[in-house]
Amino acid sequence: MIRALTSRLIQAVLVMLVVTGCAFLMFRYVGDPVRVLSREDATQEEKAELARNLGLDQPVPIQYARFLKRIVSGDLGVSFRNQRPVSALLAERLPATLELVFVATLLALSMGIPLGVYCALKPDSFLARIIQAISLIGVSMPTFVTGILLILIFAVSLGWLPSFGRGQTVNVLGWQTGFLTSSGWRALILPSITLALYQTTLIMRLVRSEMIDALSSDYVRYAKARGLPSSYIHFKLALRNALMPVITVTGLQIGALIAFAIVTETVFQWPGMGLLFIQSVSFVDIPVMAAYLLFVGLLFVAINMVVDLIYVIVDPRLRTRSL
Amino acid sequence: MKLHLLAFTLFAGATALATPTLGKTLKWSSQGDIVTMDPYAHTESFTSNMQHHIYDPLVRRNKQLEIEPALATSWTIVEPNRWRFKIRQGVKFHNGDVLSADDVVASITRLLDPTSRAKGNLPAVEKAEKVDDQTVDLVLKGPYPLLLNDLSGIFIMSKKWMEANNALKPGNTTTGVTTFASTNANGTGPFKLESYKPDVGTTLVVNPDWWDKPQHNLTRIEFKPIKSDATRVAALLSGEIDMMAPAPLQDLQRMSGAGMKVVEEPSLRVIFLGVNMRPELLAMPGQKNPMLDKRVRQAMWQAIDLDTIQKRVMRGKSRNIALMVAPPVPGYDASLDVLPKYDPDAAKKLLADAGYPNGFKTKLDCPNDRYIADEQICVAIAAMWKKVGIDVDLKTESRATYFPRQDKGETDAYMLGWATLPPMDSYSVLSAIFATRKQGTAFGGNNPNGLSDPRFDDLATKAGVELDEKKRRAMLTEALKIAKDEVYFLPLHQQPVAWAMKTNVELPQFPDEYVRLWFAKVN
Repeated sequence: MIRALTSRLIQAVLVMLVVTGCAFLMFRYVGDPVRVLSREDATQEEKAELARNLGLDQPVPIQYARFLKRIVSGDLGVSFRNQRPVSALLAERLPATLELVFVATLLALSMGIPLGVYCALKPDSFLARIIQAISLIGVSMPTFVTGILLILIFAVSLGWLPSFGRGQTVNVLGWQTGFLTSSGWRALILPSITLALYQTTLIMRLVRSEMIDALSSDYVRYAKARGLPSSYIHFKLALRNALMPVITVTGLQIGALIAFAIVTETVFQWPGMGLLFIQSVSFVDIPVMAAYLLFVGLLFVAINMVVDLIYVIVDPRLRTRSL
Repeated sequence: MKLHLLAFTLFAGATALATPTLGKTLKWSSQGDIVTMDPYAHTESFTSNMQHHIYDPLVRRNKQLEIEPALATSWTIVEPNRWRFKIRQGVKFHNGDVLSADDVVASITRLLDPTSRAKGNLPAVEKAEKVDDQTVDLVLKGPYPLLLNDLSGIFIMSKKWMEANNALKPGNTTTGVTTFASTNANGTGPFKLESYKPDVGTTLVVNPDWWDKPQHNLTRIEFKPIKSDATRVAALLSGEIDMMAPAPLQDLQRMSGAGMKVVEEPSLRVIFLGVNMRPELLAMPGQKNPMLDKRVRQAMWQAIDLDTIQKRVMRGKSRNIALMVAPPVPGYDASLDVLPKYDPDAAKKLLADAGYPNGFKTKLDCPNDRYIADEQICVAIAAMWKKVGIDVDLKTESRATYFPRQDKGETDAYMLGWATLPPMDSYSVLSAIFATRKQGTAFGGNNPNGLSDPRFDDLATKAGVELDEKKRRAMLTEALKIAKDEVYFLPLHQQPVAWAMKTNVELPQFPDEYVRLWFAKVN
């Protein structure tokens, strides 16, 4: 177990080295922070000095080496644009993104699994066909369209929910949470639905097909032949087996949600990390971009590890084997 | 323990919700957020704009955008390189500190610190010296006519407050130092900073002890940045915000149809095309650059149907212009602002006379996310040039990659917009765009494409030290006239500034696109 974990950690470091290394190679094509940060009528000398101050006069390998050196000493650097520590900027944004993703994932699971099970058990029913049709829309509609549509309906026409922002937040031990105020919850509804829509349909379709597979397998047929109650067959046997790939996909999707909630966060002005990242791209804020990519790399490695652990809990056969 | 904590936080949340908002609150939005609260750690006009509500400069711009006394009540030029400023008596900072000459000296010193990001905003000043408690001398590197223009953007901070919070030096990206002042503010301005949360919002409350008589009736300003245009429009229509600046052009009609007040006018920003003035075009290596011939540049200008661009692309909101600065800018001369006649046949003839009867090949580079409808304008121009035989290789890209390329001169014809801000003076165009780019001089910072006319260099050198305003303006006008006569640039239009607000908001609009809420009224 410990050996498996250490090998995972080494893999993680390698993944992050590759991610940030690629990022540094790409940064020069993203643009030039000096031009973006200096005054419109800045002289050549002013620009050269700014480039020196930012360390951009050095060749890319040296910039990368300096970045690694800082990371090793636990320092993520200072944002070019805000001139504030990147770690503080990320910490400020992390709660917003995590809360949004948490609610969106809960929504996706609580909607997707029951709907998928229903569609698998009653594949020919009228309702199942409608759900299937709607899920096609969910999979194919771009997130920003969903977001804007929801805003137009629920914020502009009906006036029920806010169109942007996070509402009032409360500081709990340094964690800015929106879970404790009514305006926080109201602000959470539209973005989390927007973010969850694709996941819901994905999970639903996955559960449905896995469940149909499981229902036609031998052990289910034998269980039926033994006269076991159908609720036991469906939920204890079939669903449990159908859930294995769902766990993998959900895990990876959580990573994707955190890393790529960018569109939803931009549409709803949700002050999370996606919004921070998109702004750092438009201002060529290299330290913020690098730290963000580092974080995303770490996240995916961590999630993969957790998924593997959950496998063991769900599938007793794996407990005897090593990880 | 946990329960206690929960109860406490619930209580705190409830009281925060229950706090009544008395008086007139203005909620407004823009597409970007402020960068920092530290006035000397950035060079962004929008951030300066927001800070101007909290901090005061020594001199400021009034409703006509003329310079008037603010924290300085009067000034005299003791020697050509020494200006003496009288500091206003009885001004208090938001924390109660009384303004004195020490604060001004500490502020200027902080601004001029080698690590300060904004020191280029005050290029002519060498140092500040205290004469007595209410008098400060600014020592200049030489005679300099635009000192007041520069000072109108330099905010004065409290020395005691900076000392108490270890912020006497500005933040420094190189050493990773961030100061207290980057997230907190203590000024003398009409509003006090209540809270600043990046990308969430900035809240200001009125400063009842402001030294000036308020012309607004606000007690509270809530600024909430919203990046997405569609969401910002939705927020205005649903009543969550009272005002937005700028408002997206494509939604103006919809908003005024929904009962919102839309105000618009041409801004100071002149959009123009620059051309490659080096021996060869990038599109035609090894051949003589046709654009060196004035007739070719004239033909390129006359081949552009400015009216159609104004009507179709800009939806009638822009103002076509033939000079490189907008009317409110010193140096502008209405008698020179005569648009070229759109005449493709005349353009063809000019090209033939210059020896290019079959046209030539050029690149055209434009940003696609910097100016209003920048990409569409360039697409239209490329089509118009093709009509007279100029073979255009059009490339549009994001500003983050476009401007560095433009700055390195990797373009033939290119688009640029210039608002002459912050000094709001034609000298900005003359020194940065017209004058020759030479290492070691302050000239030509935005002249990357080989334009070099000794008349410009001469005028820039002289106007840069001319203290007689009449003579100085004549020089600026002269430079603008040369640029026009020689068609060194192809000016297109002043792009519009549009704001949208609820009908109960009264707010004067300014061509420099500043939002001055100390003139705002909510009825």
